[in-house]
Order: sequence, then C-alpha cells, then structure tokens
Amino acid sequence: MTTIAARQRVEEALLPPLVALLVALVVGDILILLVGQSPGAVYRLMLSGTWGNWYGFGQVLYKATTLLCTGLAVALALRAGLFNIGGEGQLAAGGFAAAVVGLVLPAGTPGILAIPLCIGAALAAGGLVGAVPGVMKARFGAHEVIVTIMLNFIVLAFLNWIVASHLHVPETLHTPEMRAGTLPRLMDWISPFHGSAANASLFIAIAAAVIVGWMLFRTRGGFELRAAGLQPDAAEYGGVRVGRVWIKAFMISGALAGLGGINYTLGYKHYYEEGFSGGAGFLGIAVALVGRNHPLGVVIAAFLFATLSQGGLAIHALVPKQMVEVLQGVVILAVAAAVPEVRRLVQGVRAGAAR
Amino acid sequence: MTASLPAIRMNGIQKSFGPVRANRGARLEVGTREIHALVGENGAGKSTLMRILAGLYAPDAGTVEVGTPSGDLRDVTGWSTADAIKAGVGMVHQHFMLVRTLTVAENVVLGREPVRGAMLDIARAITDVKRIGDQYGLRVDPARLVGDLSVGEAQRVEILKTLFRGARILILDEPTAVLSPLEVKELWGVLRRLRDDGATIVLITHKLDEVMDVSDAITVMRQGETVARMETGAATPEAIARAMVGRDVALVTMRNEDEGPRTSLEETPRSPGPRSSLSVSSLVVTNRGRRAVDGVSFDIAAGEILGIAGVEGNGQTELIEAIAGLRPVASGTIALGGRDVTHASVRERTEAGLAHIPEDRHRRGLILEYSVADNLILGDQHHYATGARHAWALDGRRIEANANDEIQRFDIRPPDAELPARALSGGNQQKVVIAREMGGTYDVLLASQPTRGVDVGAIEFIHAQLRAAREAGKAILLVSAELSEILALADRVAVMYGGRIVATLPRREASEERLGPLMTGATDTTRPAA
Repeated sequence: MTTIAARQRVEEALLPPLVALLVALVVGDILILLVGQSPGAVYRLMLSGTWGNWYGFGQVLYKATTLLCTGLAVALALRAGLFNIGGEGQLAAGGFAAAVVGLVLPAGTPGILAIPLCIGAALAAGGLVGAVPGVMKARFGAHEVIVTIMLNFIVLAFLNWIVASHLHVPETLHTPEMRAGTLPRLMDWISPFHGSAANASLFIAIAAAVIVGWMLFRTRGGFELRAAGLQPDAAEYGGVRVGRVWIKAFMISGALAGLGGINYTLGYKHYYEEGFSGGAGFLGIAVALVGRNHPLGVVIAAFLFATLSQGGLAIHALVPKQMVEVLQGVVILAVAAAVPEVRRLVQGVRAGAAR
Repeated sequence: MTASLPAIRMNGIQKSFGPVRANRGARLEVGTREIHALVGENGAGKSTLMRILAGLYAPDAGTVEVGTPSGDLRDVTGWSTADAIKAGVGMVHQHFMLVRTLTVAENVVLGREPVRGAMLDIARAITDVKRIGDQYGLRVDPARLVGDLSVGEAQRVEILKTLFRGARILILDEPTAVLSPLEVKELWGVLRRLRDDGATIVLITHKLDEVMDVSDAITVMRQGETVARMETGAATPEAIARAMVGRDVALVTMRNEDEGPRTSLEETPRSPGPRSSLSVSSLVVTNRGRRAVDGVSFDIAAGEILGIAGVEGNGQTELIEAIAGLRPVASGTIALGGRDVTHASVRERTEAGLAHIPEDRHRRGLILEYSVADNLILGDQHHYATGARHAWALDGRRIEANANDEIQRFDIRPPDAELPARALSGGNQQKVVIAREMGGTYDVLLASQPTRGVDVGAIEFIHAQLRAAREAGKAILLVSAELSEILALADRVAVMYGGRIVATLPRREASEERLGPLMTGATDTTRPAA
C-alpha cells in the first residue's frame, strides 16, 4: 500500500512537466517549420551550443545558478501558500548589497572573511525586501501579489537612484569594482570553461536547494510552513501562528532570491549594474511552477530554462532568438494546464485498470 | 407506493473516483408519489448515486431511467443537469447554493427570471414565489435578503428554487443536519404535501428516526452497493441498522429514548467538584461585529460531560473557538484548571491540558494532504522535534512509532501511517482526530460535533471513547447538533440560543420535548418553580 501510494505520488509529480515538455516540443517544431527551418537541425544546434561545448555548458551553469535561487524563492513561498512575485526586486537588492559590502571592505580582506560577509549581506537585503510583503499581509491583510509587484518598482528605482547619484563609475550604470569578497570562477579550476561566467555561486545555490529541501520536509519549521500553506485553519488549530509563518516564509524566500544576486556581483562582474537581473526574478516563477515547488524539481527546471535561454543565442543564425522565449512561454502554459489535466487522466486510467 | 411504473429506476450503477469506487452496481427503484429514504453509512455512495440521477456525474456503467408524464420510462443515463432540470428532477444539496446578497425571490428565479421587456419583472417573481410557498407551506418572505435568513429558512428557499424550476422528482441530501426538531417537523409536513400533490421525493439520510417518521419505502446502501429495499411499514430500526452496517449494532446512542445503559453517575448528579476543570465566565465573543457569544458562563468539573444543545449557528462554533484559542475574546474569562487562559495561545492551552475535536475535520481537524502519521502529531509537533528547544529536525522514528501505536489503539483503517488523510473514509478520518486528541494526556476536552458525518459503527466507538474519558476524570464540553447524542452522553445539558445559554438542565430533566422549544428561542414553560 505504502509503495503504491509513494509511486502514485512520484507519478503525479513527474508526469505533468514531462507532458508539458512534450507539448512544448511539438509547438516548437511547428514554429521552426513555419520559419522554414528543419526542427532537427535547430535542436541539434541548440544542444551543441549549450551542453555540447565547455563554454556553452558554462553559460548554462551560470544562468541556472540565478534561476535556481529565484526558483527556490518562489517555490518556498508557494509551499507556505504565498505568491512571491517580488523576486526581481529581491534579487537586485541582494546583488546590490553584496557589491556594496565588497566595495567598502578594505582591499586584501581575506576571502574567508569577506565572502561570508558579502553573502550575508545579499541574504539580509533580499530577506528585508521579502519581509515587507510578509508583514503587510500578516498585519494588515494586504495581498502579497500586489505588494510584491509594486515593491519591485520601488526597490529597483531606489537602487538605480543610489547608483546613479552616488555610486556609479562615470559614463556607466554600474558601481565601482569590489575590493574583496569575489568568488572564483569555474575557469580558474577547469580551464576549458574559459570565457564563461560560471562561478562558485553554483555550489552555494545547490547547497541552498539541499537546505531548503531539508527544511521543508524534515524540520518542524517546514512541517508548520507547509501546514500553513495547505490549510491555514488547520495549522492555526495545530498551534501554528500562521501570520508569523507568513513573515518568516517571506523573509526566507526573499533571502533566497537575494542570494541569486551574488552570482552576478560576486561571481561574474564584481560590481552591481542596473538591470543585471534581466528578468531572472520573474522567470523564477516559471522555474518553481515547472519544478512543482520541490527543490529537486526546481534544480532540474532551472537547468531546463537556462538551457533554453542560452540555446536561444546558439540558434540565432537559423531562427529568431525570440522563438526560444515563445517556447518558454509555451512550457509555462503547458505546465499550468497539464497539472490538473494530467492528474485527471492518470486517475481515469487507474480507475479503468482497477475495474 | 403505487403498483404502477416507478418514477426512478437505476440499475447496476458503477462510479469510481480515482481509486475510490463510490458505486459498485447500485440499484434504486422509487415509485411515484413516494417519499423514499436512501440510507447508509457515510461513504456508502448515497450522494454519488443521487448526483448521478441529478445529472451532476455520469455513471461509469449502469442505466438510469426516469418516468415521463405520459407514463413510461425514459432512459436518461448520463444526462446533464440542464436535462435533469428540464425533466423535472431537482436536488437540494447539503451545502446551500444561494447568493446571500440577493433576496429570496431573486434567488428562486435566478436562471429563469420572469422579464418584462428587458427588465426583470420582480413583482411577478415575488408573486410566483409566494404562490408556490403558500401551496406547500414553505413560509419565507420573498422580499428578504438570503443573508439574513436562518438556516432553516435558507433550506426552504432551496426547495422553493427547485419547485420553481418545475421539479417533480425532488432529491434532498441530508436536509435535517442543520434544522431544529420543530423545523424538521415542518419539513416533513412540506414533503408530505408535495407527495400528496404527485411529487416523488428521495431523502438521503443516515438518521433512522427520520426514516421511520416520514418515509414510505427505504433503500439501504453499503459500500457502494444496494443491500436492501423495504417498505417502511414492515421495517424496524434494528433491521435497517443491521443492513447498513452488516452486523448488529447497539442502537442506544442513536435513539432518543431515555433508556439504555446509563451510568450510575446520572442518579447522583454531581455537585461541582472541588476543582472545576473548565471555567467560563461572562464570555463575549464577536464575529464580524455581531455578539456571537453574548455573556456565557459555565463550569465543568472533572469527570463531567456538559452538553450544549442548540440549532447550529447560535454561537456554539464561536464559543468553542474562543475556548480553543482560535478566536479572540471580547470580554469575560476562560480558565483551565484554575489557570486563566483567556488570552493564551493555542499551544499554551494545549500545554495546559486542553484537547479539541474541531467541528470541521476537513477544514481544521486534518491536513488532508499530510500523511496519517503527520496528522497524528499536528498540534504536538514541537514535542517531536529534536534539538535543544525543539527547534529543528522532526524525529521521524518517533512519529512513526506514535502513528503505529495510535492506529492500533483506535483501529484506524487502513492501517497505513503513510497514506494521506484524504484517502481515508470519513469515519476513519475522524478516528485520526480522536486518536490525536484523546490518545495523549489532557484534562479538558472540547468535542464539537464529534460524530458528524461518520458511520454508525464509528459513532458507537466515539461515544464509548467519550464515556471512558468521563470515567477517567476528564472534563468534557460536548457540542452537537444531534439532540440524541447530547441526551445519550451529557450529565448536564445547556441550551444555546442567540449566543446565550437560555437554560441549563440536569440530564434527568432534559428531554427532546423540553429542549426542542428552548432551542428555537421559546421560554422554558416547564421550568420547575425552583
């Protein structure tokens, strides 16, 4: 009985994204044919441009790192029943805070001290931005979707104002380069990665996924967080202070998105630049959706979207790069539709088999 | 009960929802001009069968036939609700489907509004509704807002709505769950008038006294199958119960008679013990600005069950939630074992010895997606966390051991701790709640509708648990919409009406005849001079 229940749960978790991918693939074929190209050639080019060479693979790793963080942020909030659309602002705040700490630390500060300080700053800044919608919801009943969306504008505009008026290097939109706290790039260890932006943030992001998974499914805090997300009334009955859980969940969610900022600032450019997030905060929603709000699923989904994003550059010669964005949209729509639909079909098949 | 063609004939009905087989070859035959009781334990498949009849579900197999005005049977298997309504089949659901911000008349005509030009002809709607209401004794003012109605009145609106659409076959799903005894009697009057006027009525219920009271014939379902069909005149409650459960059942907890195995405690009405375990004084609780609990005071001693009788919606829910810490107290005090907990958190109250069986297990009592094992520690999760101050990881081994222990002690089926609570039957879900709340240590128990929607066998079990808890010296506050349950268990009965306790009677003086009027707000005319 137990194994059957477990197998059903795995099936229900895995089938919808797989079906959605299949649908996206078919739609992709049609689109490619419409612009007069061969789907096989385009997909081959996409694969060789991403997983097929060291540089492309490195770029996939780099893009996946940020998406992993923002995807985890959205997934954790959703587990608590909260929709965090503020990833963009939280991501920027995290990157900015890390860059500023690296800037004010004296040059030559050892990495063992500087790196944790910078990462801590990213977590704290993201968490602080995340706390706002949490408190607004718990205290005043303000809807978190509205608050997080609006907060994106406020945070981004505020950061840009600071950079533009006080911190920027003349003729640019970015801050001066950090003096300490930068992370090594993968190419420093494995030379074929040369030129790609992939860096040690990747391991920090994967560690974050492991910790989030442990936290959600193995700890009392996770038990209460998921309870509050599934049935707030039952959680309250079980002694959980739902309002506090919301605030905590939003802070952790914001901190995770903020952590994504170190990938750019500590790992790649070593400064904060206006617009560096490039929509990764929003794409985190799609990553969480396709990853079914499970840390392992989020890791896989982050790599999927990173591959699509990098692949778009690779296939540019054959088809417009925007096609990949269309494809991403199709994946998201297909997953959203597939979750209930596939579950219904699976149950229908099962009922048929049982009869 | 006519010998002519039946009004409804359903044969070999199969219906599955995922792994759950709700109907497996169910049969039903109902004559015209008949009040037909469809009885069975919860989860026996009664509602599913009726929803198939009303066109809400299509059966996986089997046939559905409905009598036509011309006098023959028409195969309507798998029809839609629209077809069903057109053919005069209407269903009154357990949960009302009314728009609270519209008037009675507007609700009744919704979907087929009388119009004059492009305008809603509200005057005609009102006269139409009045006419049907007068015809069948469904008293309710067509101009009132539905949001202002009592539950009994709202139910009448539901029936009116169905009749307005021309229903000749009326299906009522557990219609008495929310009614006072008086309202139940009125409903029976309405149903009899409808029958005499040519309508056919199917009444879904699991209350045997109702079946005996009002029905002409009975169909009993068990585990998705039809196990018996009898004429009410030739049936006994014992025979029906045996068919429902498949074995003999002690009916004492279901009947209203005062007989039965009462403990000696009743003969010696206990004086409030040396220590009152739960003490509520001048409690006021508001709900959306309304004083839902309006100055309630009582004490419960260790080893005593105080039953709160009353029609639902008279402040019982708010009272229980306030004592449990789920709803803020406007004024007054709550004390557990002499300790003031008026403003304590849920967890502090649990630690102070309070256990709580909530009225709605699907909303509060269980987290349906969680496993049985996880549900069995809900509210106690901080005691299963390891680490200095219960901060971090949960101890999976202890959670599992606790689950296996409780599953065995409370006979939860199937005995699989990893199954999501959603997959259990209603009775077993309630057993999970009972096991969690009564399996540990506690002094005071709030039992709110402890047997709602569970089968006869589980009712027996739960009542035995409550009696055993009383014998073990627990103080129990029992709230139930079933007067028979209150009378079967309580040592004292308090009647709640309009947020106040309007009377408190020792069990000996409480009877359905005396409590009934009190529950509807009448003053107690039989109160002894003392």
